[in-house]
Amino acid sequence: MSTVAERAPGRVAETAPGPGRFRMARLVVPTLAWIAAIGFFFPVLWMFLTGFKHEADAFTSPPRLVFSPTLEQYRAIFDRDFAPFLINSATATVVSTLLVLALAIPCAYGLAVKPVEKWRDVLFFFISTRFLPVVGAIVPIYVIARDARLLDTVTVLILLYTAMNMPIAVWMLRSFFLEVPKAIMEAARIDGATLRQELIRVVLPLVAPGIAATALICVIFAWNEFFFAVNLTSSRAATVPVFLVGFITSEGLFWARLSAAATMACLPVLLAGWIAQKQLVRGLTMGAVK
Amino acid sequence: MTVTEDRTRNRGVALRERATKAAVERRSRWARRSMILPAVLYTIVVTQIPFVITIWYSLQSWNLLRPGTRHFVGLANYGAVFSQTGFRTAVLNTVTFTASAVIFSLIIGLVLAVLLDQKFRGRAVVRTLLISPFLIMPVAGALLWKTTMFHPVFGIVNFVLKPFGVGTLDWASRFPMPTIIAVAVWQWTPFMMIILLSGLQSQSTDILEAARVDGAGGWQIFRRLTVPHLRTYMELCVLLGSIFMVQTFDSIFIITQGGPGQATTNLPYFLYLQAFRRFEIGQAAALAIVTTIGTIIIATIALRVLSNLFKGEELEPR
Amino acid sequence: MRDRVVMGVWRKIPWALLLVLALVASACSGAGGGGGGGGSAGGKTTITVATVANPQMQDIEKLSSNFEKDHPNVHVNFVILPENELRDRVTQDIATKGGQYDVVTIGTFEVPQWAKNSWIENLSSYTQKDSSYDPGDLIPAVSKALSYNDNLYAVPFYGESSFLMYRKDLFDKAGLKMPAQPTWDQVAEFAHKLNDPKKNQAGICLRGLPGWGELFAPLNTVVNTFGGRWYDMNWNAQLTEAPFKQATQFYVDLVKSAGEPGAPNAGFTECLTAYSQGHAAMWYDATVAASLLEDPKSSKVVGKNGYAPAPVKDTDWSGWLWAWSLAMPSTSKKKDAAWEFMSWATSKDYIKLVGNELGWARVPPGSRTSTYQIPEYKKAAAAFADLTVKAIDQADINNAGTQPRPYIGVQYVGIPEFQSLGTSVAQEVSAAIAGRQTVDQALQKGQQQAEQVAKEAGYKKG
Repeated sequence: MSTVAERAPGRVAETAPGPGRFRMARLVVPTLAWIAAIGFFFPVLWMFLTGFKHEADAFTSPPRLVFSPTLEQYRAIFDRDFAPFLINSATATVVSTLLVLALAIPCAYGLAVKPVEKWRDVLFFFISTRFLPVVGAIVPIYVIARDARLLDTVTVLILLYTAMNMPIAVWMLRSFFLEVPKAIMEAARIDGATLRQELIRVVLPLVAPGIAATALICVIFAWNEFFFAVNLTSSRAATVPVFLVGFITSEGLFWARLSAAATMACLPVLLAGWIAQKQLVRGLTMGAVK
Repeated sequence: MTVTEDRTRNRGVALRERATKAAVERRSRWARRSMILPAVLYTIVVTQIPFVITIWYSLQSWNLLRPGTRHFVGLANYGAVFSQTGFRTAVLNTVTFTASAVIFSLIIGLVLAVLLDQKFRGRAVVRTLLISPFLIMPVAGALLWKTTMFHPVFGIVNFVLKPFGVGTLDWASRFPMPTIIAVAVWQWTPFMMIILLSGLQSQSTDILEAARVDGAGGWQIFRRLTVPHLRTYMELCVLLGSIFMVQTFDSIFIITQGGPGQATTNLPYFLYLQAFRRFEIGQAAALAIVTTIGTIIIATIALRVLSNLFKGEELEPR
Repeated sequence: MRDRVVMGVWRKIPWALLLVLALVASACSGAGGGGGGGGSAGGKTTITVATVANPQMQDIEKLSSNFEKDHPNVHVNFVILPENELRDRVTQDIATKGGQYDVVTIGTFEVPQWAKNSWIENLSSYTQKDSSYDPGDLIPAVSKALSYNDNLYAVPFYGESSFLMYRKDLFDKAGLKMPAQPTWDQVAEFAHKLNDPKKNQAGICLRGLPGWGELFAPLNTVVNTFGGRWYDMNWNAQLTEAPFKQATQFYVDLVKSAGEPGAPNAGFTECLTAYSQGHAAMWYDATVAASLLEDPKSSKVVGKNGYAPAPVKDTDWSGWLWAWSLAMPSTSKKKDAAWEFMSWATSKDYIKLVGNELGWARVPPGSRTSTYQIPEYKKAAAAFADLTVKAIDQADINNAGTQPRPYIGVQYVGIPEFQSLGTSVAQEVSAAIAGRQTVDQALQKGQQQAEQVAKEAGYKKG
């Protein structure tokens, strides 16, 4: 088992190709990587560019790369009071992520230390909750939400997003706890720490990057969630994806405006993901490390 | 843990020590349970109540469009599910779609991860660009692919392929399944790539170095050391990828509407048609239950028999 | 032992507390977020209005500040969704008595069915009380389509029929002339002459996107005028009868040989894109498209268009009839405020307001007769206004086609099951357009489904 300490950055340098026969690789690798990167990123870039076009410029054949940019589309979007959607999305995302962490951290830790009966069953239970197709369960959920007077509230989204992200959070976090060297925990135990103290004082600081990665994954999934949001909210609690589809009109030309709306909708998570990508890569080992 | 058990244990001084130990263990077991339970209880409450109600609905004939006709029909809805013409197609489509999307995104993700594991100029930028599709809202991604990318006349895809003699090819109707798969692969490859990259970076450098000193070539090292090391990571990719992609709905709803014909109608979309075109809540519920049970069976086999994820690694004793 | 358990529980408190706090916080934000909230200060009534994401419906949101100025005690929240999502959401909410909406936007298809289910309120008493509303000014064909048992259950926001749009410049260049009342055979001939894939120019744009409201809107009008129908008077499905088959074959052949690329996924929006960017010579679709084609902001064919009535074969008229309308769910608890809003949004004054504030081309057409007497509107919509109102007036939801039918509707079959049936058969026809099967195969499957529906829903006796 490699330790958290060992896995710290650094390793990359050693893979640097040696001289001579690796010269080819030196050219091939970056070329391929750049081609792939541009290919994968292009749709995103195109969305960004199209958002600054006049509608007529969005429909050209061949597609137009040079055009006179306009803020018209963004103006139209902010005409429709974007802020409440943003606040609802942010609330649902942040609160549900905090809730997930609050519940999943102790749970994952409990599942990671010493002989836990039925850990497989518990893990399997968590994963299996993702098997029920949400489309099939939406009417029951709707009826429950109606009876609990939770329709069109951010609360119902928080409750559901928390449940939705719980399985993956437990899985990820458990794997990080498995990586913590047992020597460290034994030392803590000799000091007479309880399980909970041990977790808070000793383990959490060690797995902080893993927790960050988990939180980021939860944020991504919660922010991007569409089906629950569009079904369970109407006006007061509607989130950004719901705002976005409000621009899919069946009567009118809409590529540029849609692109602008999509850019706005994706931007927060895109930025968060870019900033936290190191944590993401370091964090997503998920229990495969022994 | 019963009283009698306790009584027997209390007999004799020698046994007392063990009793204390047992008590400690019990306490720690309870401490642990108290940590595990809240998350489990929460998940049970939020996910299993709707599940149970779905089962209840699945036993009723209930069409939202005909109010007042709701009544108990036992297992009739399950019979209807299996006899429905579209059901088999939907299952097949789901399997085809999920399997191809998972395999392609895994392979491409692996290639990209290997590339990113090398050192080269601009690596950080490349990684940033490559993870972006995973961060994009699926609804937004599907809309963009449908409009700006795959549009037969104004789309980028045909523009790029024009030198290769592709005219105004309509991808979404000529090659509906590959189109949907392509969008899924675009979206999920970064996810696979990240997991595999973290796997690559967790490889012990000592072993790699030793192999290199022994004169092993790059390909040999990759095949003999890296691939086995990555196996668990790949299984993880397959597991999570399948769970997410089996549920694919947004892109099908937006790009092909399940068509042409039934060509891209997967189970979630089929379910959607039952629930929101026919408004047959009972049959939709039965279909949801069937899907869930089917997934559980397949997942159980995959996880317990084939995979390392659930065995192999016995837990580290504290 | 029990003490320890209790201790364990007590030690839990920080987490439990966090959970409770989070819930409380979210509940607050839920109530407060989105502005307004339910019981805000000053005794204001907040109503929730669900509308479809079409430009003309979105204009209501823009102008709603005018409404709130005149009605200071009512605050309006809008839910704007694409057609499909809107329909799903609203049906689910009303059928399960969720009570989320006070005003919903529905079409002529839903109104009679929902009125029958008592899902929406009878508006007659409201229109009678409200002296300024003038229900007699609503275009007769439209208000008839929105009535059930002779009572008005929804008020029209805008109405539409279908007609043929064509490029006068291209017709002139090719030396063709559009007759005053074209037939489908003539249109097919024109389409083949003008079709030029090398120049990215389709002869005609026709919808192929699966969906009962997409592909089947224009296709059903073709079926009608070819003499076809979905059911005979005894609810026997007629999809494999000659007229239905010929019509579908004609439609599919025309799209395949002279239609737009990507036809199997082209709906109204895609056709609008193609035609307005100059990639099609003709387009048969909703009359409401005309005002978009004459909008220089997004259209490249402004001023180049001619308009002709819906092409026919065996009938005198063939245009469809649709009206996006406002209805009041019976679950609404704020019916008076809801009516205040509905009457405002469908009033004569609203039409003038749109004209003055946003321009006369943006006026919602096809709802009121008086709209077509406003000089400014007549000028702004000179090219298509008269043809629109004539097409709407002609359309008769009780008597389309040549043969009697047991259902109402021109471009749809007025039964709840048609949403699923129409969508499913449309998928098959769409697959025929994509060349994945023949029209006969598609209609064979359609016939079976239609038969099954008639039996299961109990329309067909025995």
